[in-house]
Amino acid sequence: MKKTKEGEIPNIDGEILNIEEEILNIDGTDYRTRLSRKFRNRTPFIPADPFLLTSIIPGTILDILVKPGQQVKKGEPLIILEAMKMQNMLKSPAGGTIKMIAVGKGEKVGKGTVLLRMEQSQRSPS
Amino acid sequence: MPVAGIAALSTRFTMAFGNKIRDFHEKREKLLRGGSKQTVEKQKAMGKLTARERINRLLDKDSFTEYDLFVKHAVHDFDMGDTSLPGDGVITGTGTVDGSPVAVYAQDFTVAGGSLGLMHSRKITKIMDYALQMRMPLIGINDSGGARIQEGVNSLAGYGEIFFRNTMLSGVVPQISVILGPCAGGAVYSPALTDFVFVVDNVSKMFITGPEVIKAVLGEEIAMEDLGGARVHSEISGNAHFFDEDEEECFARIRKLLAFIPGNNSEKARVLKAEEPLADHGIDSIVPDDPTLPYDVRDVIKAVVDSSGFFEIMENFAGSIVIGFGRIEGRTAGFVANQPLEMAGVLDVDSSDKAARFIRFCDAFNIPVITFVDVPGYLPGADQEHAGLIRHGAKILYSYSEATVPKITVILRKAYGGGYIAMGSRHLRADFVFAWPAAEIAVMGPEGAANIIFRKEIMSSGDPEEMRRQKIREYRKKFANPYVAASEGYIDAVIEPSETRKYLVHALRVTENKEIQLPPKKHGLPPF
Repeated sequence: MKKTKEGEIPNIDGEILNIEEEILNIDGTDYRTRLSRKFRNRTPFIPADPFLLTSIIPGTILDILVKPGQQVKKGEPLIILEAMKMQNMLKSPAGGTIKMIAVGKGEKVGKGTVLLRMEQSQRSPS
Repeated sequence: MPVAGIAALSTRFTMAFGNKIRDFHEKREKLLRGGSKQTVEKQKAMGKLTARERINRLLDKDSFTEYDLFVKHAVHDFDMGDTSLPGDGVITGTGTVDGSPVAVYAQDFTVAGGSLGLMHSRKITKIMDYALQMRMPLIGINDSGGARIQEGVNSLAGYGEIFFRNTMLSGVVPQISVILGPCAGGAVYSPALTDFVFVVDNVSKMFITGPEVIKAVLGEEIAMEDLGGARVHSEISGNAHFFDEDEEECFARIRKLLAFIPGNNSEKARVLKAEEPLADHGIDSIVPDDPTLPYDVRDVIKAVVDSSGFFEIMENFAGSIVIGFGRIEGRTAGFVANQPLEMAGVLDVDSSDKAARFIRFCDAFNIPVITFVDVPGYLPGADQEHAGLIRHGAKILYSYSEATVPKITVILRKAYGGGYIAMGSRHLRADFVFAWPAAEIAVMGPEGAANIIFRKEIMSSGDPEEMRRQKIREYRKKFANPYVAASEGYIDAVIEPSETRKYLVHALRVTENKEIQLPPKKHGLPPF
């Protein structure tokens, strides 16, 4: 192998492959390698928050069926979101109290927009 | 007067015949021109070749024989009855590449945007039927605005008939799709069903739903090129196998590919003159001893193949595995190799799909599979697990196990855990397994293994770090070598790197007439 500076690897055709100092750990071993763009851009996992309601699809808020402070059971209808000409009934992911409503009637929302936040009730009805 | 009568008749006949010939020439010239002058100029302005130029670039000179030039479109509604659509927007025929027959069709964007109507589809399906019956490769050049809306359900029927035939031809003759323009909506499923998809920068556009629909439905703005351009499909989606800067390079590459593969599944690829690898490819100094250091595994492949010629497939997708064709003693072999240079050579969702599909192509077309192993294991991550790494990873196991072509495996360095099993191991019925002296065939890397096996000793030691290092050394010495596996007969021989080609040559000669039968079944159920 041709002598090269640290971090440079010549291939058979004499081109120098620039290996940036990147490390990938597999089963406890650090490997020096090149990380792919896909790997860098991967979406980190975020655990689902049962007290947070977000829009599953972009659309328009057709109706809001609850008020802040109201106690709701799991599965109770909260918001009607119109998207792709369909009315989607968004139901409560858990039993609790409505803490805050982040959107208004007629508002257009993107995918993943926070619609409302809940909190655990002192005396949960569910 | 019989003599004069005949003379008069013969003069009349000659004149009429002459008229017919003239008429025929006029008709043909008109049809051969394709679309209007303006549409042809527009095609050129976009940097695209015309359909006829494309066929000429692909085939041997003067070898193209066209069918169905005089076919007329089937639109009777919307006042289109009198519209002339030369060839109904597609050119079909047969020709040769390096003297071997191929069937080809090229959609003509200059005629009604290359839109697919009933007769257009019938021309294509006819040539597909010929390809199947005459057992020759099919090459489809796609450049079409999509379904011809005026022809309604007949247009959909046309696509369906093409998809059905793509499936029937699959594994019988090689099918190649060349995307040289838009290929959108349902139309993309024909290329998707074929074996190799070629794309060209700034020319190819493939998607199921376009940017307008995505914006209308989801509110997301994305440019056509970012959604379904040539780079996207060759780097991110994995829908394309070959990326080129321009059409000339693309056609040269298709011809190169065809030289490596047989014309159908009952033949073997053409045998060329045997050549030695180029002399300066010293194989002994490519792979660093330390299993955590990278190198380019393509160098190992180039060090064993004739004239160091390696034809890589899916160069820009899932780089942690390398696939492609090379020749040994003039005969084509398919190479599958972990690439420590990219992502440490791990198996992940994409690299599993890439390798599995390639192995199945080789198996279908009688091409031996040579596997170079240097694998640390599978890529950890919630994204990988959620994307179905189990199901995708299983495809490699399935493809190797099912393949009945000669399977030869060389373990270059590390072969840990599930990766060892998956990469063409003896257990999946490799015909030959060789290992280099630095090979580490073990259930996992020494670091991980020592941490688990000697956890108690390490934890209770006065100097845990020193104890850990000592245990790793011990484990490496005892298990991270090829001799444990060799003592069980899981590998056939430990060989020096410089002997690799010699052993491959031997293995390929020995397995040349290999014949084994799978258990009778309608078809297996690979984990798609």
